[in-house]
Amino acid sequence: MPVRPTAALPPLLAAALAAATLTACGGGSGSDPDTVKVSFKQSTDNSVKVMDTYLADIKKQFEKANPGKKVELVPIKAPDSEYYTKLQQMLRSPKTAPDLVYEDTFLINSDITSGYLKPLDPYLAKWRDWDRFIDTAKAAARGEDGKTYGVPDGTDTRGLWFDKGIFAKAGLPADWRPRTWDDVLDAARAIKEKVPGVTPLNVYTGKPAGEAATMQGFEMLLYGTGDGTSDPLYDKASKKWIAGGKGFRDALAFVETVYREKLGPDVSDALDPNIGTRVRGELLPEGRLGIDLDGSWLPQDWLEGSGHEWPEWSKKLGLAPMPTQNGQAPGKVSMSGGWTWAIPAKAGNPDLAFEFVKTMQSKANAQKWYIANSGIAVREDVAADPAYVKAQPGIKFFTDLVASTHYRPAYPAYPKVSTAIQEAMEGVTTGDVSVEDAAKAYDEELKSATDGQVIEK
Amino acid sequence: MKTATDPGLAKGPGPAAVPPRPAARSRRVPLLRVLPLTPAVVLLLLFLAGPIAYCAYIAFTDLQLTGQAEDSFVGFENFTSAFGDDAFLNAVWLTLVFTVLSALVGQNTLGLALAALMRRASKPVRTLVGGIVITAWVLPEVVAGFLLYAFFRREGTLNAVLDWLHLPTQNWLFTLPILAVSFANVWRGTAFSMLVYSAALNEIPQEVTEAAEVDGAGGWRRMWHITLPMIRRSIGTNLMLITLQTLSVFGLIWVMTRGGPGGRSQTLPLFMYEEAFQKSMIGYGTAVALLLLVVGSLFSVVYLRLLRTEV
Repeated sequence: MPVRPTAALPPLLAAALAAATLTACGGGSGSDPDTVKVSFKQSTDNSVKVMDTYLADIKKQFEKANPGKKVELVPIKAPDSEYYTKLQQMLRSPKTAPDLVYEDTFLINSDITSGYLKPLDPYLAKWRDWDRFIDTAKAAARGEDGKTYGVPDGTDTRGLWFDKGIFAKAGLPADWRPRTWDDVLDAARAIKEKVPGVTPLNVYTGKPAGEAATMQGFEMLLYGTGDGTSDPLYDKASKKWIAGGKGFRDALAFVETVYREKLGPDVSDALDPNIGTRVRGELLPEGRLGIDLDGSWLPQDWLEGSGHEWPEWSKKLGLAPMPTQNGQAPGKVSMSGGWTWAIPAKAGNPDLAFEFVKTMQSKANAQKWYIANSGIAVREDVAADPAYVKAQPGIKFFTDLVASTHYRPAYPAYPKVSTAIQEAMEGVTTGDVSVEDAAKAYDEELKSATDGQVIEK
Repeated sequence: MKTATDPGLAKGPGPAAVPPRPAARSRRVPLLRVLPLTPAVVLLLLFLAGPIAYCAYIAFTDLQLTGQAEDSFVGFENFTSAFGDDAFLNAVWLTLVFTVLSALVGQNTLGLALAALMRRASKPVRTLVGGIVITAWVLPEVVAGFLLYAFFRREGTLNAVLDWLHLPTQNWLFTLPILAVSFANVWRGTAFSMLVYSAALNEIPQEVTEAAEVDGAGGWRRMWHITLPMIRRSIGTNLMLITLQTLSVFGLIWVMTRGGPGGRSQTLPLFMYEEAFQKSMIGYGTAVALLLLVVGSLFSVVYLRLLRTEV
């Protein structure tokens, strides 16, 4: 039986099929030299379109200024922790890597170590506006190799938001200014006693809230323990992480108290991944939350065009700095982070991507963005602009906190350390674990997360 | 677990035994017969066997999603650290609880009961009940998860009903999350067992049951001595299938509780996801996936013994 010519068909077909399927999901960012692909985090709250609106505007400007060039926006709609995961998977392959990504400073060092990002120094050297950025912000996206990997689009600070209406009912002053942790707890207890039906105090906790629990919750407490100035998590001198000491236990005990005395949200709500969206979108605007330990960016959800405008927020809410544990100097605590625009190492059009960054971070556009997302300016020329300072109530309060703020030790191990903190918090929140055991478990986790680079202090 | 049988191409006789011949036609025929299979085999190797082999390899490395420049081979380290990890042991325990409760006890007995009752029922009742049960099964997992989340949550349907009956309410997803997700899985997966058992019961010859009835065996005795032994093989098959399905349930639990609170409903698939994607430990997560495979095979071995015909 001679081989028919058609017999060669199946293997050929198979090859063609395989080739087709393999390349169909290919054609990454490098496929079109005139298109810049921009990945960003879209809010999980459907009515919040702050970033989408801003980027659409920049896209229009950019395409007008650069005829023939296109911008493709690639939104990733996810809670923070899932956004990072998705992004890292995209960064692993040139086929899927966007040209420009929105990177949280909390993760950027980890991604730099993985070789996912491109050093921007050659670009920054030729970009005059870079000198306008304040030094601490420039350092936010600096790798351990001294190179810079991202352009910050603002920073943030954290403090206490409180509902003046609820405070009045609870017999608390409208110009409330707690001096110690106990002042905060006592105010919450007063609300619980006198204003039924509202949540007295919100402190983010547990793994579902992710980094919000670590930073807005735990670190706002931890960095207010001890002498209030040195870093309680990481020891720069020995380059080692610090095992949970007294301050660590005290901070956990605070969280435990909040949830044991039912001063916080119902535990099941606190451990709902969408708690942040609910606090901003429902609890605060509806006057159902007394005190919220939270970030400077909240008003972005209440501005015009945000979907649930709440122009009277500045009349209804008061602001107070988070005090140190016993009122020791400097008396107040804030943490700062922020996000940066970074270019993936495997991006197809890095040059074009940086052009887009330049458009975004011009003085006018940066100012527009700081105001739109309630960010704290990282360009000194914007920070000094009266139009910016007066643009929104609260900007001055949160900008003043920059003087006493702390930055996370965002080294590559930090994300894992952060998860260990969230687990400890979750344990004391549900009441399954005592403070002592949670701190012990943290020390164990810390050892494995940092390859044993731990010291006792 | 599927066992791949070796197709074993017919081997020609040893070259030493036969004098050399011109290209034999008989030898080319099997080759030609195999030819049409090649595209499928190539695709399977490419898209199925390849990734599986890669996964098995990753399980022995310290590959991370982020935070390190180079990954290296670490041998059995991932496996040893899993057995020293309380969270892993907790996940194994919860997986067993979830599987036994929702598959072996829940879906299996409820499916059999429904199938047995429906044989006696009138046609409209049969259609109605079957329709309802199967609807729950064909719903996408995420939709089912949301429905049950809405049913169990604090302000949910269940508590509203209990409240109306003046019974104490519970925050089900918080106090008993593993029971809530087990119930959800029973609700969603019973249809499969019901269909398997309906088919099996229809296979039982009427004469046998009638004969037993004449001999004065009651319903329970007929069930125990006739029906169950006769559908033993179906029981084994069904148990194996629903166990393997249940072991890998992810979406339902993820939507309802995300494995929380405090890991109280974190079964192995959720644990894997967290380690691999949220803590970026891809290597460790994959090793746990392989261990889940082992758990599945252990169950399978037990069922395969069940399936053996009695000698």
